[in-house]
Amino acid sequence: MTDYQLHEHDVLVIGAGGAGLRAAIEASAMGVKVACVCKSLLGKAHTVMAEGGMAAALANVDDRDNWMVHFTDTMRGGQYLNNWRMAELHAKEAPARVRELEQWGAVFDRTKQGRILQRNFGGHRYPRLAHVGDRTGLEMIRTLQDHGIHRGIDFFMECTTIELLTDGGRVAGAVGYDRERGQFHAWLARAVVIATGGVGKAFKITSNSWEYTGDGQSLAYRVGADLMDMEFVQFHPTGMVWPPSVRGILVTEGVRGEGGRLLNNAGKRFMFDDIPDLYKNQVAKDVEEGWRYVIGDKNANRPPELLTRDHVARCINREVKEGRGSPHGGVFLDIAWIKGRQDANGKAIDSHYIERKLPSMYHQFKQLADIDITAVAMEVGPTTHYIMGGIKVDGDSQMSTTPGLFAAGEAAAGLHGANRLGGNSLSDLIVFGKRAGEYAAKFARDKGAVTLDQNQVQSAIRKALAPLERGASGENPYQVMYDLQATMQDLVGIVRVESEMARAIEEIAKLRKRAAGVGSGGDRTYNPGWHTCVDLENLLTVAESIARCAIERKESRGAQFREDYPAKDAEWGKYNLVTRRNADGSMKVEKAALTPMRDDLKKLVEEYK
Amino acid sequence: MNSIQLRIWRGDDSSGQYHDYKTEVDDGMVVLDAVHKVQAEQAPDLAVRWNCKAGKCGSCSAEVNGMPRLMCMTRLNTLPTDAPITIEPIRAFPRVRDLVTDVSWNFRKKLTIKPFTPRKPDFPDGEFKMQQEDIERVQEHRKCIECFLCQNVCHVLRDHHKHDEFIGPRLLVYSAALELHPADTADRLKSLKDEHGAGYCNITKCCTVVCPEHIKITDNAIIPLKERIVDEYYDPLKVVLRVLGVRR
Repeated sequence: MTDYQLHEHDVLVIGAGGAGLRAAIEASAMGVKVACVCKSLLGKAHTVMAEGGMAAALANVDDRDNWMVHFTDTMRGGQYLNNWRMAELHAKEAPARVRELEQWGAVFDRTKQGRILQRNFGGHRYPRLAHVGDRTGLEMIRTLQDHGIHRGIDFFMECTTIELLTDGGRVAGAVGYDRERGQFHAWLARAVVIATGGVGKAFKITSNSWEYTGDGQSLAYRVGADLMDMEFVQFHPTGMVWPPSVRGILVTEGVRGEGGRLLNNAGKRFMFDDIPDLYKNQVAKDVEEGWRYVIGDKNANRPPELLTRDHVARCINREVKEGRGSPHGGVFLDIAWIKGRQDANGKAIDSHYIERKLPSMYHQFKQLADIDITAVAMEVGPTTHYIMGGIKVDGDSQMSTTPGLFAAGEAAAGLHGANRLGGNSLSDLIVFGKRAGEYAAKFARDKGAVTLDQNQVQSAIRKALAPLERGASGENPYQVMYDLQATMQDLVGIVRVESEMARAIEEIAKLRKRAAGVGSGGDRTYNPGWHTCVDLENLLTVAESIARCAIERKESRGAQFREDYPAKDAEWGKYNLVTRRNADGSMKVEKAALTPMRDDLKKLVEEYK
Repeated sequence: MNSIQLRIWRGDDSSGQYHDYKTEVDDGMVVLDAVHKVQAEQAPDLAVRWNCKAGKCGSCSAEVNGMPRLMCMTRLNTLPTDAPITIEPIRAFPRVRDLVTDVSWNFRKKLTIKPFTPRKPDFPDGEFKMQQEDIERVQEHRKCIECFLCQNVCHVLRDHHKHDEFIGPRLLVYSAALELHPADTADRLKSLKDEHGAGYCNITKCCTVVCPEHIKITDNAIIPLKERIVDEYYDPLKVVLRVLGVRR
């Protein structure tokens, strides 16, 4: 028996990024007792990295915008695999959620009329992203944090959740440890909201930090919840490529939103060469029209750099592969060219304008790469950024297929389908964070209490302690993690082919065996070696799910590009792929037919084609 | 690839010492990369707090060659390589282990500051009418990433340990952002004066120097708060009116 601390709550929220904080705030507002457990300190979750903005049809900048346009943009971006109910709710509720942030102290950039300013972004028909320079995520997380700490929520910072507890068929809380002392905790709860974010650490080149090891998806999977759409991993087109140590760090789409152009090593603006059919009517015919769009001309179409992320990433990949890349294996992203042009108010643009519009990009390049983006082009290339797939949830309530287990934000699947539009993530967090919190609180209120199963707690603790018992004589966990990252990057990356992915599955099986023998010296006090050992199982689970689903989907759609099946297949457009755990612990992937879209929404999709 | 020496402080709040590590580094690497390399290859249990690796989350604060820095934004080629690079935890807070300190005091202290208290929205949909010029100062203060480097170098905290009487530069910036918010209605001046120790700051500007977000902490946050406090509580005429019960 290992000692642990027991905490009892009605609702347990795991994760304190935008979705987790919003869920905790909502559940607390419903009058139930809420705990929020987070892997880092408050305010450090990956939401803080979001730069461009949050999409909401406020229509402050272009009065033609409304929820219907936002809905159809989201569905088109997701290649119609989205959970349409979520896309509908998201488009309808995002404006109220954004304005609520303003009520809670967020200070967005303003229009001349003193309202919330909105900017252009890939795949959005009108300027739609509420933003604060290029640090919108910081504004969101700080606003939710500073509001949330006064709402009676019990926060547990720097705690990692290692297993969910169950009681009969329902979820009953979680077990975890705190990093600072390595003490174990059990949080008994009537409902649990998973808001743990993504899986970026399964890949070598990623914009994600150490935290994003697929914890929530794996925890849910292990208690039998369905995962969905796991093959759809978004490679953001523009990550830094040089210096090597910063490879993968995000360069906001806001650079392109402000007019940034992509060039190959011959100085050619290559994005004009390849426009997908779905967007033929929405792209500028030349450079001048593209620029007019950037400065707000309502009659102009967007420049091709503002096509969806999957497409832009593939175009960059092609340029590099065919020998037209930049010196360090990317392409050029040039914002300096807008200098001397006239801005929306007819004023000539200077370096200062760029610095003011993109302050953190300016500093990031200046400090990390010695490059002045107001004078020279950046080098950029695709980086693993986001997973559209995740825990399968009900569109209205955000409950998973396991009673009492809810999910929101990146950890949940559905809203984004095969590809997410930039800006739809931050709005996703607040719309569905709120819903998850609300329905979890209702569930907790309506259903009876849960009981604690000591055996479950102790077996989770035993599993977590095994690597420490093996000590330094066990295999180095960092090496196993690096090998997994290389496998996924090389074999299940932007361009996929069956034979390579089959090899990845074999590699993952071998890595699983190695992971069973990893060990760490030191004790339980803030020991990153031990933490990495514990995270490995989750990484391997999501990696296997991604690879299996990617093999199963024999077509190219959205973020999934199959070299052996380069075309979109209408038949595959009728299914999502669901990952489930077999009774013997092996992984099963099966097709699940999409729910037919409601007629009124179908009509909208036709209307806005 | 070239070889560098790191001298990393390891231990906890009761004891500790410097450990030397030799490691190979690439062009463009930052201090945090070198620490991670040591962690992955030589000392898996070396404790370091980090997240974004892009200067946006403020987790990896430490003292590098005696200067308070974010390790993720300090490039190795800006440091002399003829001597070992010394890396120590920040000093204004208790040490947990190696480079990690217990910064929870900052989170507890924030709770004592009155939160944003909005007036009624100006538009029926809930938005405030605010001009960009009127919020620029607030936005400057809201750039803060809570790395607590300013707290670390403030001598009131670092040397005099006035953690019970003074909230430090970070939370003065937080207070200033609220006080300057055009839609906020709360009054924090009395508590800033009485409980939060705004008077302790004697404007040495160390905090401003180390701020990775280049917030003009002293000039744009602390001094304006001090001026408001002086104006409200130390203006002789207002003091008389308060004594006479004309003013609160």
